[in-house]
Amino acid sequence: MYAQMIKSEATQDDPEMLAAFQARIDAGEKIEPKDWMPEGYRKTLIRQIGQHAHSEIVGQLPEGNWITRAPTLERKANLLAKVQDEAGHGLYLYCAAETLGVSRDELTEMLLDGRMKYSSIFNYPTLTWADMGAVGWLVDGAAIMNQVPLQRTSYGPYARAMVRICKEESFHQRQGFHIMMAMVNGSDAQKRMAQDALNRFWYPALMMFGPSDKDSVHSTQSMAWKIKMNTNDELRQKFVDETVPQAEYLGLTVPDENLRWNEETGHYDFSEPDWSEFFDVISGNGPCNTDRLNARQKAWDDGAWVREAMVAHAEKKRARKLAAE
Amino acid sequence: MNHLFEFLLRQGDNALVLGHRTSEWCGVAPALEEDIALANTALDLIGQTQLWLGYAAEVEGEGRTANDLAFRRDAYDFRNMLMVEVPNEDFGRTLMRQFFFDAFQVPWLDALQTSSDQRVAEIAAKSLKEAKYHIARSAETVIALGDGTEDSNARMQAALAYLWPYTGEVFVDDDVDRAMADQGVAPLPSTLRGQWTATVTETLTNANLVQPESGFAHAGGRSGKRHTEHLGHMLATMQTLQRSYPGAVW
Repeated sequence: MYAQMIKSEATQDDPEMLAAFQARIDAGEKIEPKDWMPEGYRKTLIRQIGQHAHSEIVGQLPEGNWITRAPTLERKANLLAKVQDEAGHGLYLYCAAETLGVSRDELTEMLLDGRMKYSSIFNYPTLTWADMGAVGWLVDGAAIMNQVPLQRTSYGPYARAMVRICKEESFHQRQGFHIMMAMVNGSDAQKRMAQDALNRFWYPALMMFGPSDKDSVHSTQSMAWKIKMNTNDELRQKFVDETVPQAEYLGLTVPDENLRWNEETGHYDFSEPDWSEFFDVISGNGPCNTDRLNARQKAWDDGAWVREAMVAHAEKKRARKLAAE
Repeated sequence: MNHLFEFLLRQGDNALVLGHRTSEWCGVAPALEEDIALANTALDLIGQTQLWLGYAAEVEGEGRTANDLAFRRDAYDFRNMLMVEVPNEDFGRTLMRQFFFDAFQVPWLDALQTSSDQRVAEIAAKSLKEAKYHIARSAETVIALGDGTEDSNARMQAALAYLWPYTGEVFVDDDVDRAMADQGVAPLPSTLRGQWTATVTETLTNANLVQPESGFAHAGGRSGKRHTEHLGHMLATMQTLQRSYPGAVW
């Protein structure tokens, strides 16, 4: 989940209309762009879809960091294609957000000036090639936990974007796992890289689901509107339950002394991440926050002349066409 | 000298080095659509690299693979034209270079489709489909940026001035080219100059850009005799894992 801590907007609409709207959602109907919707629903969705889109775009950076150093032509092509998919996901999501009345440029400006966030996970550095495996395996794996249910979310354009995105994400997750397989079957140095990557990404991956339910104050309204489908703790547990056997298969050690299978609950018991670190990261003090935003700002600034020229050229072309008619 | 091997390295190294340079844009292009399009171009070129260098390794017969050739050779063993190794600098230079490259590749690959070497003909046929798509986009972008604003026109003119002396290298025939022409593997590159010039002149005119008059051409990339300083840095980055962990499987 590329959307964390999404604050639900209070809504001050007509109670009868609100009730009718809720009834549609409860009946499993999809809300489409031209339908009436409460202002709070619209604003919350813009924030959530926007944050998700920004996460795809900022998320290109930690993996883009290794495209020029990929170890083989095949790995280079796979990683390039993966990062390209993320740009595509960003595009679908910005388009979904546009149906709610906010432009891509407005959303970008809100990202750059700090009014909008992106997932905490992308504020961690990618330090070795094994991180390309760990990011695919753990980060895309965690994203899938959240995004699969979002295919059933109440807002039509968001749900449809999610269907396309999920197909690609599960491919990315397998690709990441294959990189890890190659590393753990490789030299001692490669095994060390793989374990180091798991050590560094395990807790940040758990944080992707957002704070514990008892501290998560925004969930109730979003769940009623079906724009959040499961609680943070449910998804985190599901992620741990699925990922621990994969780590065992790889011969890697999950960095948690308290991790054990609980026969009674039928789930793994595990340690909570350090939530003070999480709040540091989302308030701007993660290892890479400044570098990530600077990179996005630089790309935006450096590209300004290109975007302006494209618009100017399109206008000139239109004028020339009109003059010729 | 194994002329066919040298010839194949030239094709593969052009694709590899330009593909690598293009991949440097991933995540930082001026707009999402451009990011996706540049990644497409890079992916096509990396795919072409695998075919050309894969065949080169077979022809060499020393047990090397396409990956060995890409990641375990030093700069003086690279056979790409100098134009593809110079830094991206900005989006304007990147697209201007792509256009110059495409304007050569389209007629070149078209001619290679009738190569006496079946494998060369097959790789060319596959690559040509991609090159035609590339030139449609690169020419359109050069025109848009040349025509767009005063600022964009000046930037494209500067890109043109920088790249122009690198455009001529490919048309100077040497022993490898003559051997390939004798065997019917490829035409002499010099025979494509007229077609390239016509394509370039038309596009630059539509882009309101002034074609430099100088006919001077840097050389040394295709022969490997003298690359630019930039290639070594690129290879240091690109080859780091293969060089640091020789023999590792990734």
